[in-house]
Amino acid sequence: MTAAIEVLAVEKRFGNVGIIRDLNLSVAQGERHAIIGPNGAGKSTTFNLISGHIKPTSGEVKLNGEVISGLQPFEINRRGLSRSFQVTNVFARMSVWENVRCAVLWATGHRYAFWKNVDSLPEVRERTAKILDDIHLTHRRDVPAGLLTYAEQRELEIGITIASGATVVMLDEPTAGMSNAETERAVALIRRLTEGKTLVIVEHDMSVVFGLADRISVLVYGHIIASGTPEEIRRDPKVKEAYLGEEAH
Amino acid sequence: MNAKMTPSSTSASNVPGKPAGDGLRFYGVWLLGIAALIVLPMIFSSGGSLTSFSLIGIAIVFALSYNILLGQTGLLSFGHAVHYGLGGFAACHMMNAVVAHKWPIPLPFIPLFGGLGGLVFAIIIGWVMTKRAGTVFAMISLGIGELVASSSLILRSVFGGEAGITTDRTALPKIFGWSFGPQVQVYYLIAFWLVLSAIAMYALTRTPLGRISNAVRDNPERVQFIGYDPHVVRYLAFCFAGFFAGVAGGLAAINFEIANSAYLGAIQSGLVLFSTFIGGTAYFFGPILGAILVTYLQLGLTSVTSVWQLYFGIIFIGIVMFSPGGIAGLLMMHRPLVRAGTLLTVIPSYFVAIVPTLALACGVILTIETVARFSGGETINLFGVGFKPQSPVTWIVALVLLVGGGFVARLSWGRIAEAWDRAATVARDRGYLA
Repeated sequence: MTAAIEVLAVEKRFGNVGIIRDLNLSVAQGERHAIIGPNGAGKSTTFNLISGHIKPTSGEVKLNGEVISGLQPFEINRRGLSRSFQVTNVFARMSVWENVRCAVLWATGHRYAFWKNVDSLPEVRERTAKILDDIHLTHRRDVPAGLLTYAEQRELEIGITIASGATVVMLDEPTAGMSNAETERAVALIRRLTEGKTLVIVEHDMSVVFGLADRISVLVYGHIIASGTPEEIRRDPKVKEAYLGEEAH
Repeated sequence: MNAKMTPSSTSASNVPGKPAGDGLRFYGVWLLGIAALIVLPMIFSSGGSLTSFSLIGIAIVFALSYNILLGQTGLLSFGHAVHYGLGGFAACHMMNAVVAHKWPIPLPFIPLFGGLGGLVFAIIIGWVMTKRAGTVFAMISLGIGELVASSSLILRSVFGGEAGITTDRTALPKIFGWSFGPQVQVYYLIAFWLVLSAIAMYALTRTPLGRISNAVRDNPERVQFIGYDPHVVRYLAFCFAGFFAGVAGGLAAINFEIANSAYLGAIQSGLVLFSTFIGGTAYFFGPILGAILVTYLQLGLTSVTSVWQLYFGIIFIGIVMFSPGGIAGLLMMHRPLVRAGTLLTVIPSYFVAIVPTLALACGVILTIETVARFSGGETINLFGVGFKPQSPVTWIVALVLLVGGGFVARLSWGRIAEAWDRAATVARDRGYLA
């Protein structure tokens, strides 16, 4: 089976500074893959490279066997890859309902339609309602997204990300800044919503990583030094030295 | 005022699951508006008011078209009059062609060609212009505006140079026996197109494109990650705005029977920005209020004072500073209070503030007019009271009104803010404020 995501010898340089060096990563279909690494290792840059936010200096990124590096973010999204952002990135002046609905529109084939009433599209309405229910924000549907609490905004962020029904979902630190209880809730939510999908997640919270991931890749200074099951990663001496040694708890 | 406004997208209240009464009220408002448009000339039938109504109708279509850019898509254009003007020229040329070739096209169809004029230019120039939003777009729009305005004086065959292109609206084929000579018939033509355009532009806000435009306004980066190309969204919005601006220009061409370079210029572009912003960009009806107010002020102030532009500037600055949501934003702030039933606790503080605020306004007016008329020495007529600009009495009165009125007004505004906070807190506790 072709890998869901394949990163082949990707490099990213900003000027003379190499942020990502010889990055190789393979995420199998249906796998929950976590990327961990110390601050500044290039985790978010890796996300940006895969999702098309920035373009690699060299190398290739494949989605389901198809080369996507060099494509625009919206083209990559239309091919079935959806991502969230570390810093909440929602449509602040629009209601929660509108936020999710906008994310549903392309996937339901309505594109740039200016001849349809957006309120009378049954499949859009049902899907939006379902996602709001999934992220437990139905009671906040008419609230402008900018007025939600932080944890609610993070949940909305996840809702927008999964709304298109993408088969590959990438979450950038979905539980950052959350309390323990909120984190638990968010992890349960992620686990449920990404059932049967491929998930790539960047996360600092090691309990989340080891509880959720099937496989883990460790990124240090723009290079993946180890990739394997949580057990393999725990045992890997290089990882211990470079990363877990400092932060293990 | 500390009470926070909740700027929702243009029609966030129209989500499915709304109570049936909302739908009734929604159509009620539209029907009421249409009825008012029909009845107005019967009540105010003087030539002056018919002309005013016609101008206001045109201004509303123009301002609504501008809000497709500013309020809906977040594009600040300094050159929207280009489409208005080109629509006007297109309409004039079309009218002359209809007459010359004896085509069977009656006058009411002409604004459509105005719209096409605005649309065609938007299609041609828009793709490059909308590549980027923000400052880049604003600067390019300014450049294009100046470019077209100056070309209109150079390309005489198309734009007729300084004189412009004149036309005769009565020479077109008649429809229902209407010659469109009398202003009242032109008024009804404008009103008809106003209703048509307003419905179309409102409907546009409720389409997938309309909603994605809002999303592009709020966060163009994120839009890319839900499958949309913000450039395409901006381009389509730009084309729609160009079309309806062209319709407005076509209506203006019919009304004045001329199109000239003044239609295209920076002043016209500035006026529409002004109207839209004063009215409020966050609500569909905002630009309508703005267009009515600004057109009335323009007509009214120019006959009263030579420095009317100064007052425009003061109003604009006041709105930008104290009510960025415009008049519509101010009005809609009250909605949660009305729903929670706490509005009545605020109203008295408004009444208290009226007198000192008016005194302050009079002080400002008196000061401005004293300065403006000092050398000429014309008498200032303020609510029936005459003031001589060179008399120290006038200066003292102005100073007293300014300082005293300003002081008391500030106190009274403080009381409004307090009353607001109390009312808003109650409303929030009752669950009416987000």
